[in-house]
Amino acid sequence: MSEKLNWFKYSSPASFYPLADKMIPWFFMAAILLTLVGLYWGFFQTPDVLSDQKQYYRIIFVHVPAAWMSMWLYIVLVGWSLIGLIFNTRLSFMLASAIAPSGAIFTALALVTGMIWGKTSWGTWWDWDPRMTSELILLFLYLGYMGLQSAISDPQRIDRASSLLALVGGVCIPVIYWSINCPDPNQCAALHQTSSLKGIEANILFAMLIMVLAFLAYSFAIIIMRVKNIILHRERNTLWVTEALEFKP
Amino acid sequence: MNHPGLTSFKAMFKRDMLIAYRHRGEVLNPLLFYILVVLMFALAVEVRPAVLQTIAPGVIWVAALLSALLSLDSLFRSDYEDGFLEVMLLSPHSLYSLVLAKVLAHWLVSGLPLVVIAPLLAMALGLPVVAMDELILSLLLGTPVLSLLGAIGTALILGLRSGGMMISLLVLPIYVPVLIYGAGSISAGFIDNATSQPYLLFLAAFLVMALVFAPWATAAALRISVE
Repeated sequence: MSEKLNWFKYSSPASFYPLADKMIPWFFMAAILLTLVGLYWGFFQTPDVLSDQKQYYRIIFVHVPAAWMSMWLYIVLVGWSLIGLIFNTRLSFMLASAIAPSGAIFTALALVTGMIWGKTSWGTWWDWDPRMTSELILLFLYLGYMGLQSAISDPQRIDRASSLLALVGGVCIPVIYWSINCPDPNQCAALHQTSSLKGIEANILFAMLIMVLAFLAYSFAIIIMRVKNIILHRERNTLWVTEALEFKP
Repeated sequence: MNHPGLTSFKAMFKRDMLIAYRHRGEVLNPLLFYILVVLMFALAVEVRPAVLQTIAPGVIWVAALLSALLSLDSLFRSDYEDGFLEVMLLSPHSLYSLVLAKVLAHWLVSGLPLVVIAPLLAMALGLPVVAMDELILSLLLGTPVLSLLGAIGTALILGLRSGGMMISLLVLPIYVPVLIYGAGSISAGFIDNATSQPYLLFLAAFLVMALVFAPWATAAALRISVE
């Protein structure tokens, strides 16, 4: 007897809600643990002086994971928007809108840590370096998404309109990135080095990847928490929410 | 040539052009705005020919961007308010061609005049005559992209109270590539002494992409906004 796998079991908010409750503590614990390991490794198990960088390079353990998460979360946001528009599942829209604030925060974090690093290493807070500029544009895409959501009052329209906007942004991101990065193939000047994961010292790479996992776990935890709030708010008039929120002695 | 999409395209185009003709006064507004923005830049920046010349491509393009943004507000508004848009959505005709006709008519009225007046403003800013070809070509290729992409944003914010500010937040980040290649093509010629052809080719590619996909996305946005 093979039981048919129900792909859509957790796509209903009512059945996702208890699952979310179970998942949150695990992801939070993982986030704290990984952060501790990552930062310990980054501060105490890595070489003190690299050839051209000084102690301040250690901001890399926040800067790079934050920048990666900012981009990854936008991809996930677009993915959930697409799924929502195709299958018309409410939870997908909720997930998409729960991702946006985290994405915006990581983008801002990447920008701020980048500015601090830039001041110490390049001697300037801001330069119109391609990656900085595209990260800034990404921040505005997140803000535009959230702005559109707060401007509309009808929940159904919020979901669909903001998802469409996320899709349009998602299609445009490669074009935007590459237009900023290299408008003329003959003159690509950038302050950032081209990414060189292979040339990096093994301990630094390890600490950095652990921090990426920590940020990922944190995003999971916080996004699921936000989804819970959105579910409660959207479904506040349903029976299961009133039952779930009843005081249980 | 009696493809149904083409017939509805023609009908819609004729209607929108007629409406624009009946409101001749409004046609001037984006143009005047455009001239004023350029004038403001010239007043704000130190009037030294060398400075003005270097910023001229950027100023002209930013002014075109802002003017396109402001004029986009009227693309669907009156149709939305008098219920025409609902009828349009209910009609059996292809929404793609209807939207394309509307955007084209809108561009002819609000975008093309900018292209025509731009050389005059560029001269005033001291742009060398050698750069005029690039200026006209880049605007001719770029401003339709602005209208096409902007239509998506306008359709999304239809009927919202905070519309004006909202559309800039939604649309300006997406305008970035057009701005970079548009202004780049002009300055490539006379500042960097390079060929501007790749820039113009990129703009042409954007135009083709926008022509294919933007009306489709606009149609989807209209369906979402008008329910």
